[in-house]
Amino acid sequence: MATGIKDKVAIIGMGCSAFGERWNDNAEDLIIEAFIEAIEDAGIDKSRIDAAWFGTGIEEQHVGKSAVPLSMALRLPNIPVTRVENYCASGSEALRGAVYAVASGACDIAMAVGVEKLKDTGYGGLPQRGRGSVNDLFWANASAPGSFAQLAPAYSAKHNVGASDLKRAMAHISIKSHDNGSRNPKAHLRNKITEEKVMNAPMIAEPLGLFDCCGVSDGSAVAIVTTPEIARSLGKKDLVTVKAMQLSASNGREAQHNSWDGSHFVTTRAAAKRAYNEAGITNPREQLSLFEVHDCFSITELVTMEDLFISKEGRAVNDIMDGFFDADGKIPCQIDGGLKCFGHPIGASGLRMIYEMYLQMHGRAGERQRSEEPIFGMAHNLGGFPHQNVCSLTIIGKEGA
Amino acid sequence: MEVGILAYGGYIPKSRLQRSEIFKAHAWLNPGLKGLSKGERSMANWDEDSVTMALEAARDCLTAYSRENLSAVYMASTTFPFMDRQNAGIVADALNLKSNIQTLDFASSQRAGSAALSVALQVANGADQPILFTVSEKRQTKAASPLEFTTGDGAAALLVGKGEVIAKHLGTYSETVDFVDHYRGEGEAFDYMWEERWVRDEGYFKIVPDVINGLLSKTGISAADVTTFCFPVAARNVAATLAKKLGFNENSVADNLQANCGETGAAHSTVMLVHALENAKAGDKILVASFGQGCDAMLFEVTEAINALPKRNGISGSLSRRKVETNYNRFLSFHKLVNLELGIRAEVDKNTGLTTHNRNRKMTQRMLGGKCSDCGTPQFPKSNMCVNEECGAIHTQEDYPFAELTATMNSYTADRLTFSPDPPAYYGMIQFAEGGRLMSDFTDIDPDEELTVGMEMRMVFRIKDHDFKRGFRRYFWKATPKMSVKKGN
Repeated sequence: MATGIKDKVAIIGMGCSAFGERWNDNAEDLIIEAFIEAIEDAGIDKSRIDAAWFGTGIEEQHVGKSAVPLSMALRLPNIPVTRVENYCASGSEALRGAVYAVASGACDIAMAVGVEKLKDTGYGGLPQRGRGSVNDLFWANASAPGSFAQLAPAYSAKHNVGASDLKRAMAHISIKSHDNGSRNPKAHLRNKITEEKVMNAPMIAEPLGLFDCCGVSDGSAVAIVTTPEIARSLGKKDLVTVKAMQLSASNGREAQHNSWDGSHFVTTRAAAKRAYNEAGITNPREQLSLFEVHDCFSITELVTMEDLFISKEGRAVNDIMDGFFDADGKIPCQIDGGLKCFGHPIGASGLRMIYEMYLQMHGRAGERQRSEEPIFGMAHNLGGFPHQNVCSLTIIGKEGA
Repeated sequence: MEVGILAYGGYIPKSRLQRSEIFKAHAWLNPGLKGLSKGERSMANWDEDSVTMALEAARDCLTAYSRENLSAVYMASTTFPFMDRQNAGIVADALNLKSNIQTLDFASSQRAGSAALSVALQVANGADQPILFTVSEKRQTKAASPLEFTTGDGAAALLVGKGEVIAKHLGTYSETVDFVDHYRGEGEAFDYMWEERWVRDEGYFKIVPDVINGLLSKTGISAADVTTFCFPVAARNVAATLAKKLGFNENSVADNLQANCGETGAAHSTVMLVHALENAKAGDKILVASFGQGCDAMLFEVTEAINALPKRNGISGSLSRRKVETNYNRFLSFHKLVNLELGIRAEVDKNTGLTTHNRNRKMTQRMLGGKCSDCGTPQFPKSNMCVNEECGAIHTQEDYPFAELTATMNSYTADRLTFSPDPPAYYGMIQFAEGGRLMSDFTDIDPDEELTVGMEMRMVFRIKDHDFKRGFRRYFWKATPKMSVKKGN
């Protein structure tokens, strides 16, 4: 019987590059920036790292295939390095590899690195590209915003929420993330916005306007993990440990079977149940201190509040408008600005979320530090489209909590 | 048994470009075009070509008719999308027909349609099963040419065979004269035309009467007995003058659809015939003639069986499915007559692996999904393992055709980010009542019309992607609203 990951692995070092339009940096430059911060935070020599996992989503836009680009960028001493890709959840997958390796006893210290260099396409938004030779024959000509936008009409129809009420709640989400991002020196977008600006922005994919969409950024994030015992032997105190790591992948039900209504994420619900169980959380609305979700689009964040069982089904709009998820609310969501404003360098995003939770746990989040001491922090990292995706959930917290 | 027409079908694209808008753009260059600036012409969407329009006409023609019982599919056009790949074969595939049928393309003249029809009528005499004849045209015309105004895009189809014919074939008469009033040479995109007055006086008025008189004497029918005279010429009064010369009744001259459709090239004689059949009654005698390096003329007598023909769209139904297009620039762009900045996203290579295409052809062209023989769940695409989580049976999927099923729409978007030749790109999740669903491209969406969750959609066969680099295009099915509802109604 599996006992789960809870408290078996501690995070001892994290780093994150500034996210944004890093016109003058290659992926390797972003990696080194995050790595230096993480290795200094861990206080170890590079030679102590036994293995590394390298997460990146659209490698053809920057480093190319395999784990070799990471091994070369950091001149790793011929240790095992594995490249992982799972859509926008690639960074979380890198962390999962490293955490599992430590938990298994195969490694003492492992590292997860995520990177993405997206701003080399010549245009805004994610790169337009082939989706596989067979998929290209029949998949709709869909972009990310167009796929996620469809949550809105389906949600409206199911919960009888008017399109304008929904759009206003979506606007609140984006305004909140811009407020939070303005307090984050590493964030891509640091400007505050108004509801009027959101509502009147150009349409990207109905009903998603420009401010309903997250930034497409360059960036990198790094985590170094080990066992709590080794962490203590390195002199670490107040350990932050991994409480749960769950992944759920669509099996075609949403895309091909009529039992899904298009208004929520099947995978998020499956992963959330398992993650709370693994972490020993029985009431997430009361027990979670703060969390980061995959707010690629405002509507994604909205429905995810319900899929994580924090808002009751059909009630997310009320919680959002009540400020429940604001930085000074009951459970802040995207206290660092989220994908929306911190930015979304695909392979780095999952690790960036953990980075913020880790900083908050250690009281190192600067101007945006939550005053109430955080116990449990969660990262929800999605990849793909609502109708076929992967969902990663990672919960970290104070050791013993 | 009598040979003739068993059923008809028609298709005219939804968009109608206003000729006044074409004229507005060209008045500076050629004010003389003003005479052509009235009315509207049909305009194929960017994802339509002669094959997709022929298919729509064929589906219409086969309304309530079993597709099992066809012996052949003929397609006629002067604008085939493929020079070497049988176009009728694509139509047959998309109709999900059995493979042991004959398929033939007829081309190279404005008479291609009437030639194919006369061949079909002859072959049907000795065939056990009917022949599906389709004719379709999407002409490339030079900007500011008279043809740009007078032509339209469209298709028609006839089921030709023996038995309960709705129109009996009384006879055909042809003459071949290599009278070159216009031509399109090898590798050329556009027609080269000679003076209209000469074509009228030396072409229509000299060649056609001989052919029609030949037909009348061959069939023993007197000119006064002809109820409807279908002669597809855009120029005003040509058909009426011919009718007068030939002794036809004044009201026998069929509408050439110049006001609301335009001349659909090689398809137009059949388009006009279908249009005539829609309003015909038993005993009517319809004479169809078509001109192009000679002339074909055919005579049909409508039978009582026409009253029992199941309802279909035909040409009239197609014409009433109408979206007014006032943007001439869009027409130019669809025909690649203007070099618009479509953005870097448009540069994505659309190469189709022919092995991939062939392996997945039933899925893409026939829209065959699977149905689990264990639990009965239909799904698209077909797969090795049943999608129903309660089942999950392996290798139980039997072919299940989706193309003719009605879907309902679950969610949708209008996407301005992704590349589309006609942004925004509309798409969404559609599902079929019996089971099965698909994130599907939508087409023929009018921004002035309502898109609502739960609305009914039908599938149409369209161009999925153009590969201009290699001259290939891949087809797939898209969803379009079954009924259009104007916003605010």
